[in-house]
Amino acid sequence: MHELSITKQIVAICEDFAGKHSASKVTKINLVVGEATGYIAESIRFYFDILAKDSICKDAKITLETVKPLLLCTSCQQYFERVPFSFDCPLCGGQGEPTEIGREFYVKSIEIEE
Amino acid sequence: MEHTEVTVMEDIFERNDKIALETNQALSERGIFTVNIMGAPGVGKTTFLVRLIQLLAKPAFVIEGDIESDIDTKKLLDLGIAALQLNTGGACHLESTIIADAVKTVSLENGYLFIENIGNLVCPAEFIIGEHIKLLISTVTEGSDKPYKYPLAFEKADVIIINKADLSAYVDFDEAYFIKGIQALNKNAPIFKVSAKTGEGFGEVAAWITEQAKQINSSIKK
Repeated sequence: MHELSITKQIVAICEDFAGKHSASKVTKINLVVGEATGYIAESIRFYFDILAKDSICKDAKITLETVKPLLLCTSCQQYFERVPFSFDCPLCGGQGEPTEIGREFYVKSIEIEE
Repeated sequence: MEHTEVTVMEDIFERNDKIALETNQALSERGIFTVNIMGAPGVGKTTFLVRLIQLLAKPAFVIEGDIESDIDTKKLLDLGIAALQLNTGGACHLESTIIADAVKTVSLENGYLFIENIGNLVCPAEFIIGEHIKLLISTVTEGSDKPYKYPLAFEKADVIIINKADLSAYVDFDEAYFIKGIQALNKNAPIFKVSAKTGEGFGEVAAWITEQAKQINSSIKK
């Protein structure tokens, strides 16, 4: 159920923008999804097919651009990917802190037919 | 047929967040300090609230979020604590729309509103719902790796509770490793060790919450 409400938002955003541009159809939806958000592409597509079936977005292709999460080392200031069960920097052993990289979750663009 | 690309760049959480900020503003104006209670199933969220509310000087109201059932609300009402049940019908977290509607029916001014989120360490952390602070309950029985497995919940929390301290002697909870993980993610949240069973540690939690509520304003941490 995790992706259901989020997919409703995606459809609503795309309908709004399609309406503003007098589109007759949305053919493609380009999403950017940071991997730290935990949203699963297959699940979004599954709900999308159900939620969009009576909308202008019906049959639109969904593309996902994923972003790997990065931590920032508080000692050496380098960005790094964490290893499981640790937040330590693999370069210097310093403590990593969270960044916004990998948290992205937005509709980048849509392709429409006018 | 010609295809045109339209730039959107809209955050998928934006609409949820806008409603949450409006709710937060409305609650602030009513003098209601609102706490979003997060934690896995079985960490003792409801039992924690029963203990805490007894120690607060102002009236409190609890909104109980559950996938189904009203067991927790009945427990609170039986103890004389004002409560309202919300059922999400399968959804794994509360969102701002359901809370915006619910708070309009809450008969409370100048007090505390506790919103017990769905028992889940993942998605409740992603959705602001109108709260002033997020309170995360973890336990010695869950294991000390939780900040490493569910970092977002620990990062977003404004205060972290380690419950079931009375069971410490029976489990291998590596407190230093647990706290090291929290400190990497969140340098500001105080950590309180309590037992909702015995009442240990609740005086400190109640004092901290009381102090936070004095600084009530319409700030909201995403």
